[in-house]
Amino acid sequence: MASDWRRYARTLRRFWGTALAGQLEYQLNLLIELLAMVGNLAGSLFVLSLFYGNSSGGAGTGLGGWSWPEAMVVLGVYTLLDGVSSTLLRPNLSRIVTHVQEGTLDFVLLKPIDSQFWLSARTVSPAGLPEIAVGLALMLGAGLKAGTRLDATTLALVAVLLLSSTLILYALWFLLATTSIWFVKTWNATEVLRAALAAGRYPITAYPAGLRTLFTLVLPVAFLTTVPAEAVLGRVSGPWALASLGVAAGFLLLSRAFWRFALRFYTSASS
Amino acid sequence: MVARGLGKTYRVADKQPGLGGTLRHFLRRRHRDVPAVTDVSFTIQPGEIVGFLGPNGAGKTTTLKMLTGLIHPTAGSATVAGYTPHRRQRGFLTAITLVMGQKQQLIWDLPPLDSLRVNAAVYGLDDSEAKRRIDELAEMLELGEELTRPVRKLSLGQRMKAELMAALLHRPAVLFLDEPSLGLDVNAQARVRQFLVDYNRRTGATVLLTSHYMADITALCPRVLLIHGGRLFYDGRLARLSERLAPWRQVRLELAQPLPAETFHPYGELESLDGAAVRLLIPRQQLTEAVARLLNELPVLDLEVSDPPIEELIGRLFRKGVVA
Repeated sequence: MASDWRRYARTLRRFWGTALAGQLEYQLNLLIELLAMVGNLAGSLFVLSLFYGNSSGGAGTGLGGWSWPEAMVVLGVYTLLDGVSSTLLRPNLSRIVTHVQEGTLDFVLLKPIDSQFWLSARTVSPAGLPEIAVGLALMLGAGLKAGTRLDATTLALVAVLLLSSTLILYALWFLLATTSIWFVKTWNATEVLRAALAAGRYPITAYPAGLRTLFTLVLPVAFLTTVPAEAVLGRVSGPWALASLGVAAGFLLLSRAFWRFALRFYTSASS
Repeated sequence: MVARGLGKTYRVADKQPGLGGTLRHFLRRRHRDVPAVTDVSFTIQPGEIVGFLGPNGAGKTTTLKMLTGLIHPTAGSATVAGYTPHRRQRGFLTAITLVMGQKQQLIWDLPPLDSLRVNAAVYGLDDSEAKRRIDELAEMLELGEELTRPVRKLSLGQRMKAELMAALLHRPAVLFLDEPSLGLDVNAQARVRQFLVDYNRRTGATVLLTSHYMADITALCPRVLLIHGGRLFYDGRLARLSERLAPWRQVRLELAQPLPAETFHPYGELESLDGAAVRLLIPRQQLTEAVARLLNELPVLDLEVSDPPIEELIGRLFRKGVVA
């Protein structure tokens, strides 16, 4: 068991080492990705500032009952999660479709290593790292401005909830990517997920009741951004954090079970 | 390696061509069950090199995929290196390898060495062991500085050799090779072939190989499996296959002057007629008599009897779709 952990850790190091080396072959591409990230963030800030008239206030009724700095916390969490997906989730999970299309999934399945691990951790894109940093700064900075006390308990709670958010997002994405075993190229489901996640830029209460239900129950967008933001603002209790971890674990297990089920139907692209 | 009554049936969409057909298919999907492989059974001893022959669509790749555990058989069972392939247990996966001539596992933008290091980690080889094996394989395959050049800048032959390295780094006991020499020039093909012979001799690995190039098969495989229409219909020595496929022999004639094609019909089947040079196929039982009559009745300058080349026999077989 211990040696297996070491083997996976070593493999991950090699995975990411080669991924970085591969991307350094194309510096321009890396630069463009960074610029796109900056543009995205500026756009979000601009839209939010429109809602609040000017950014100096914070007293107004705001968006769905959230003040300007509070809404900024949500945007911070969103940016952080988006950074995580640009760094880890998108580069890996969007490749699954290609693997199925080109039949290179065969090579993954023939390796004595967990195929879900391989497909989920094969590569890493540093272009998303600044976004993570900006998101973190925005989240904490806006939290302080909103008057929250960032003590150890709050930070631990935030960390746990962010972890669950990331895991839920990952599991959902992986579930959708798994369907490519059946639908191959006709269906790039992950784009739908990205669009839905974009709804998490703004506090969940800013949306009409119908959408709010959809984002809470059907697609857990509320879980992904609003709940961690509430934790930053000190409005979430311990049991909530545990519940979110439970939900995350549930989604993870579901994604594993579904992947194993899907493999039974994999026929591998013919030569 | 044992296959017992192995079978695979695919469900495929039954779709008429054209927009109308597409729409109808979209609204009401109809499927047909197509048997790709039916009742294939054989046993391969450790250390054997076996050629797996058959025309496109005969079921070779499907069988290989069942033996490597990539797809579940719909009938029968297989045992490879003591394991049931489709369970894909770790012991099984470290005991086998699959090389596919038309798919590659090397990282395109990086030198092969990087891909090899990834594989070393995946298979749990430590650095010194990995280096030893890389050096050994590189020497056998005559690869040197190519290993530090990005894969996209390698020639097809060099890339295939590097693919072989990546596939063999974990010293598998069973090799599945699906068209390993596809697209390679004659020299590169010969080198890959020589390497496989050396590798088999050195490690005692079992090899199951499919190839479109008969030269690969004749040079490597004393034993062949022939599959056609998803069914196995020959399993035995390559040399005996020609008797089985061709109960006739080839007779070449050099005539004093050209004669019309009809002249040869009484003697045997006319294969080719090029001026005064004639090639005939004559059933083995009638050979002596036919040759005697040819020499008596026609102005023959030279006559030569031989076995028809195996490529031709197999090609004929696949074209006509029948066994003699």
